[in-house]
Amino acid sequence: MGVAVRVDGLTKSFGAQPVWADLTLTLPAGEISVLLGPSGTGKSVFLKTLVGLLKPDRGSIWINDEDLTELPERRLYEVRKLFGVLFQDGALFGSMNIYDNVAFPLREHTKLPEAKVRAVVTEKLEMVGLLGAEKKLPGQISGGMRKRAGLARALVLDPQIILFDEPDSGLDPVRTAYLNQLIVDLNQQTDATFLIVTHDINTARTVPDNIGLIYHGHLAMFGPREMLLSSTEPVVRQFLNAQRIGPIGMAEEKDAAEREAESAAGVELPPLPPIQRQLRPSDGRPRRAERAPGEWCRTHDVPYPAGSFREEVPV
Amino acid sequence: MSTPVTTGLQRSGDFFAFGVDVARSVVRRPFQVRELIQQAWFISSVSILPAALVSIPFGAVIALQLGSLVRQLGAQSFTGAASVLAVVREAGPIVTAIIIAGAGGSAICADLGARKIREELDAMQVLGIDPIQRLVVPRVIASMLVAVLLNGLVSVVGVAGGYFFNVVMQGGTPGAYLASFQALGQLPDLAAGEIKALVFGAVAAIVASYKGMNAGGGPKGVGDAVNQSVVITFMLLFALNFVITAIYFQVVPQKGT
Repeated sequence: MGVAVRVDGLTKSFGAQPVWADLTLTLPAGEISVLLGPSGTGKSVFLKTLVGLLKPDRGSIWINDEDLTELPERRLYEVRKLFGVLFQDGALFGSMNIYDNVAFPLREHTKLPEAKVRAVVTEKLEMVGLLGAEKKLPGQISGGMRKRAGLARALVLDPQIILFDEPDSGLDPVRTAYLNQLIVDLNQQTDATFLIVTHDINTARTVPDNIGLIYHGHLAMFGPREMLLSSTEPVVRQFLNAQRIGPIGMAEEKDAAEREAESAAGVELPPLPPIQRQLRPSDGRPRRAERAPGEWCRTHDVPYPAGSFREEVPV
Repeated sequence: MSTPVTTGLQRSGDFFAFGVDVARSVVRRPFQVRELIQQAWFISSVSILPAALVSIPFGAVIALQLGSLVRQLGAQSFTGAASVLAVVREAGPIVTAIIIAGAGGSAICADLGARKIREELDAMQVLGIDPIQRLVVPRVIASMLVAVLLNGLVSVVGVAGGYFFNVVMQGGTPGAYLASFQALGQLPDLAAGEIKALVFGAVAAIVASYKGMNAGGGPKGVGDAVNQSVVITFMLLFALNFVITAIYFQVVPQKGT
């Protein structure tokens, strides 16, 4: 079973330049969460802060009643074994082949005999569909394969919390779809807590149980997927539907004059599109954290756009 | 807040803290023997040939410079003494410093810098492995080891080069060259040279690792880091060389005084 991560009042700045302030959210144990935000809002910084690679200015990160920001370095290295992180480019060790990369954490942290190591590594490589590429060096394979190899390495210590830094950047739509399916399947099999940092709208709309949106240095909203997808809050609505009309401009934020001009011209946000069903595990059995389509909207009495939660009809 | 002075002080403080981290990690288990052997092999493979090639002309230049002057004074039999003194005491450690910083240090810095910008170091930390213990400590020890051996090599090749030029080119007496070895030089000179080399090896590797692990801003950042690391190492090593020499002269009594 995964571990919940409770972030409280987290604030980070680089010198005089603030990144974000007062982030407070809880990643529920065993659920998939997505963190969205326009480019340059510090999503990757948040992810690195979560695993203790960067120190926040203020605030705390609670995992199993331990505040990650206060831990001495030696203990921090222990707690980090709970995490598996997929970095943007996979962050494979360039001097080792794929097999050694995936075996690396096992060889460093355990005294498993080489036969056991081989069994675990083969299992993880099969999971990400990389059997047969073990002998290749990271420089010899495509970006998508590097990403999947990075994922296999992140999974090898059976982490309780798995973080993905833009799993879909630089991948074609088909590979992205496969990777998204893999994420959902992994969550079903491991029950770990997942956090995906991305700005791919399709991933954000269909994969997670929860969505968070960072905007203009603060957390605009964090909650169940259906809450954000049915939200009429302008920022959330604009971003989740990839529209130009709304408070987010080409630069960080539209200025007041621009927005006034927009509303004076009578421009209004287009209606919300239907909410798709959530991606389900490929073997058809439900995930532990799965909820029925439309359940949140019905229990909270929130109207949702017509045509939502329909069974997808293959075209 | 961040004037150039405070930034400079902060960097120095960071570097010092990094050095302390490295020193503390040296004694921490498990010790990375494999990485140490690989690195020692790598550093020696990039440094042995240039070190030998630099020390031959170094010995030769000393022989040439001294040769005519010494002949005018009628002290040809002391050329060997001067050569040994210059090579073992000064040229050896200086050549070692230049090669270790230029060949070994730049390679270490480029390697760690590339790992830093590819997020390999972050990945390693997230996998629960301390890059200082896993990568930096073996490199520092390897660099110290190779520096000590390199200093021996440079001394031998330098003196041999001096011998060749003195005897073959300038018509010096072979016996006199060899016999005067002990006239000015003494055994502690060699010990001091080796201690210098040990310190230089450590400083070069620590500076290179520090710069590499703090590289930022893509491939250009790595290039900048390598450049800075070589320049900083040179300055530190020449300053250290002066300090150690000054202490040596105070501590060990010299011949003929």
